Amino acid sequence: MVFGLSESPKSPLKMPTPIKLLIAGGFGVGKTTMVGAVSEIRPLRTEETLTDRSVGVDDLSGVEAKATTTVAMDFGRISIGQDFVLYLFGTPGQERFWFVWDELSRGALGAVVLADTRRLADCFPSVDYFERRGTPFVVAVNCFEGAQVFDLDEVKLALNLGGDVPIMLCDARKRESGKEVLIELVKHAYGKRPTATAH
Amino acid sequence: MNGEWHADEERLLDAPTIRPYVIARGRTEAQDRFDLISLAVTVRPTTGTEIGLDPEHQAIVRLCRRPLSVAEIAAHLDLPAGIVRVLLGDLFDRGFVAVQQPQPEMDVLDERMYKAVLDGLRAL
Ligand SMILES: Nc1nc2c(ncn2[C@@H]2O[C@H](COP(=O)(O)OP(=O)(O)OP(=O)(O)O)[C@@H](O)[C@H]2O)c(=O)[nH]1
Ligand SMILES: [Mg+2]
Repeated sequence: MVFGLSESPKSPLKMPTPIKLLIAGGFGVGKTTMVGAVSEIRPLRTEETLTDRSVGVDDLSGVEAKATTTVAMDFGRISIGQDFVLYLFGTPGQERFWFVWDELSRGALGAVVLADTRRLADCFPSVDYFERRGTPFVVAVNCFEGAQVFDLDEVKLALNLGGDVPIMLCDARKRESGKEVLIELVKHAYGKRPTATAH
Repeated sequence: MNGEWHADEERLLDAPTIRPYVIARGRTEAQDRFDLISLAVTVRPTTGTEIGLDPEHQAIVRLCRRPLSVAEIAAHLDLPAGIVRVLLGDLFDRGFVAVQQPQPEMDVLDERMYKAVLDGLRAL
């Protein structure tokens, strides 16, 4: 853990504290759309490189694993006054890039798992991942037109979610909707914060 | 991976297009030093005559007049995040930038943080 090592002691600057939130879910479920809807900047794209260190967490064959693979992530930003700045990362769709997930999840406040009721199974890997890692998450069902509206309790059952995991409907294209999802997430994460259970 | 060997290689291969990648291979520890959301801000401008600063270093110093995350720097300069971490490590070590790391996972201030973030989101 290297947190806090690099602040410049001489710096008189008051910098905001950066906070990371993740938007996960299956391919094409609306992750980038949601990032764009709530971000104060046009969503940006950054790349991480898959190097030797991730060999073995990946099911590439030995030969291919030596090649360098690049994984792109979309992200946006929401400034919270002068003190905090939220960064929202859309997780890369392919779950085989676990090393990026691990890095993104480290220190993340929490995650939104976007679900599409027409392809519910697509979000299983995300749910599994955050459950295993202990990252607080909420499930937001993106309401595409033409998708049958399910009872949220049914979706919750189908996803085998823990009783306390919030689940809600959303429209990934709408800022208000995305904002509500994020508020639910932060409230949930607050209840799950390490110091809340440690004391 | 041998750091000294790569240091030699770095001097031999000085073409601007490959140099950052060579630097990155020689100093992989920098990969773990900064998070994607670590914020950098310039605290001392470069004069452009410093020895050992590449155009990419200079570009970061110019870009970070306001605090920007590693991810944003990477996106704006169209460089992989790993390369930006290494360049930022150089700039930090030489006192050109200050870096704000993310909140530790356990922090006594966290209650205040959650409340501020909630209030901030509600006010959007
Ligand atoms: N009708 C409708 N379309 C949506 C909604 N959300 C996203 N879309 C569309 O669905 C498509 C995929 O959305 P993206 O945001 O790119 O999905 P993604 O999860 O980032 O996709 P990948 O990164 O490729 O996995 C786009 O064409 C969006 O415009 C929604 O709520 N309603
Ligand atoms: Mg996307």
